[in-house]
Amino acid sequence: MARTISYREALNEALAQEMERDESVIVLGEDNAGGAGSPGEDDAWGGVLGVTKGLYHRFPGRVLDTPISESAFVGAAIGAATSGLRPVAELMFIDFMGVCFDQIFNQAAKFRYMFGGKAKTPVVIRTMYGAGLRAAAQHSQALYPIFTHIPGLKVVVPSSPYEAKGLMIQSIRDDDPVIFCEHKAMYDVTGEVPEDSYTIPFGEAGVVRDGDDVTIVAIGRMVSVAEEAAKQLADSGVEAEIIDPRTTSPLDTETILESVENTGRLVVVDEATPRCNLATDISALVAKEAFGSLRAPIEMVTAPHTPVPFSDALEDLYIPDAQRVANAVKTVVEWKR
Amino acid sequence: MNDAIRKVVMPKWGLSMTSGKVTEWIASEGDEIADGDDLAEIDTDKIAGALESADEGVLRRIIAQVGEDVPVGATLALIAPADVPDAELDEAALLAREELDSGAVAEVAGPVTGSVEVEGRTICFAALGEGEETVVLVHGYGGDKNSWLFVQEPLSQSHTVYALDLPGHGESTKDVGDGSLDVLAGAVLGLLAERGIERAHLVGHSLGGAVVVAAAAREPARVASLTLVAPAGFGSRINAGYLRGFAEARSRRELKPHLAALFADPGQVTRQLADDLMRYKRLDGVDKALGALLGTLLDGDEPALDVAPLLSEVDVPVAVVWGRRDAVLPATNGEGLDDVEYVEQAGHMVHLEQPNAVVAAVNAVTNRR
Repeated sequence: MARTISYREALNEALAQEMERDESVIVLGEDNAGGAGSPGEDDAWGGVLGVTKGLYHRFPGRVLDTPISESAFVGAAIGAATSGLRPVAELMFIDFMGVCFDQIFNQAAKFRYMFGGKAKTPVVIRTMYGAGLRAAAQHSQALYPIFTHIPGLKVVVPSSPYEAKGLMIQSIRDDDPVIFCEHKAMYDVTGEVPEDSYTIPFGEAGVVRDGDDVTIVAIGRMVSVAEEAAKQLADSGVEAEIIDPRTTSPLDTETILESVENTGRLVVVDEATPRCNLATDISALVAKEAFGSLRAPIEMVTAPHTPVPFSDALEDLYIPDAQRVANAVKTVVEWKR
Repeated sequence: MNDAIRKVVMPKWGLSMTSGKVTEWIASEGDEIADGDDLAEIDTDKIAGALESADEGVLRRIIAQVGEDVPVGATLALIAPADVPDAELDEAALLAREELDSGAVAEVAGPVTGSVEVEGRTICFAALGEGEETVVLVHGYGGDKNSWLFVQEPLSQSHTVYALDLPGHGESTKDVGDGSLDVLAGAVLGLLAERGIERAHLVGHSLGGAVVVAAAAREPARVASLTLVAPAGFGSRINAGYLRGFAEARSRRELKPHLAALFADPGQVTRQLADDLMRYKRLDGVDKALGALLGTLLDGDEPALDVAPLLSEVDVPVAVVWGRRDAVLPATNGEGLDDVEYVEQAGHMVHLEQPNAVVAAVNAVTNRR
């Protein structure tokens, strides 16, 4: 039965249902079992934000608490994946991924290709991204574009509890390495989620809202920002179509192009810094493949090219908001040659 | 308030609806209104449909303006006989307007959801109304209890109305066993038994039409009447391409073109409809269920079901409603049946396109003895 649960609960349910279904699914990461401030494993914390809570006792021996050594446990997860398990590793902050780039970029991403298709690496690396929790420059980045850049990785950026559960189950069942990016400010966002297991295929964008005046492509948490902007715009008679790619790799280019061919205008909203991010990638795609349909230059709404500020006031300014999206839409709608 | 003044309220279409907007008033102040007349177009974030009057009289006051967000149960307009004085209507309109502005609208009890266990399967249902007699609505292939949203509410004014999810559908268990009519009819009869319903009026659409006939043949004492809406199991034609396309579609883009076969008005195929169906198709076990049921419906490209002999065994009032423009089970399939009511502006989904025709047919057959 569909009921309203949080993004955190949706992820927890996905993990639990897959662990129930398939014994080869294991979970590992820092504080997945014990947890900061708890007296030990018995008082399961479930990761710093509680996503794996309850799994340690439910699935004895299959939830591993790891030392603070990302390069070691991510490497272990990748190795376990190549030898028959389906590990879900939690790498607390996407910002820490740098210490295990070799394991991810040069090993996991390459195995299928370099072993002539004889190796598979069904590993999921769950990680938190995004600004808004006053966590400063080293814990707030939106680094999914870096992984999107690497052939051999699949990159998932869910925008709602429904997406989170279905994409997590798909990620676990997928035979390739998946980087699963959870926005840290979304764990308490709620939405309708079926109790049954289900999968959302990779590379199929969601159309969140229909409109004929402008296409807004928004990534992850920015989908709800775009929806807020679209509501404001509708009051002034501008109907925006909102597309949520769901996965940045593979990318559903067809849905984006079809929409722009209809609306003739594109605004891309991406919380990542502006150089070589999804906004530039999708803008390049549309400029090349749908140039003839464009009635105005493409607008990109992104963070500025700076680290995420520590100051609350500056951090709030840093994150794209509905007003900036609405302004960008007005720019493309009112644009005259 | 004068009892002769009747409120037209925002309907509750489906479990999740909390508010809606009038997008167009079809009737105007001063118009004579008959029971069942279209009053206004209503839009929710999920679905759009026409609001039909449940009363007759003159549309005396319109309260809710076009575009205004109105909670379920709030007054949209007032209907009263022409001889009720204007002053009384002004007073009633003022109260309704104040209620709307304050947002203090009493919450309308929507359908109550629940489930029963039948032969090891969980069968989910939504029940509405407190009438003495029970009506059970049985959806078709790939449908669910929510497909009756425009029908369940009006019928609930005089009946207790159950809409169920057949095995393999909605929120019920996805395992359909061999997918036979017997398994599906067993679920309907099991619901009646578990809920202590001695006798019910069964309404079935498409595959659900064949299911209710099979249920009536198996336990005739439990069935008071049958209403068959574009039922499967009659006639020689079936759109096998649609059924296979629906079963095999893996994405919204693959699915959407097939959905056009369901309606007379292609505008009914919305992105929301395709999204909702994809949400269903993505559930674990649905692929297998739809595959098994395809075998029940199809023999090659021909219909595999023939329930006409079963129907001839059943001695209860029967009503048949068929959309003239049905592109899944063409209306000519009804030629061998008595008293078929053909609905001109409807395709296969009569209960979504012309719900009043289905409501009227059920009301008529449940009153027949």
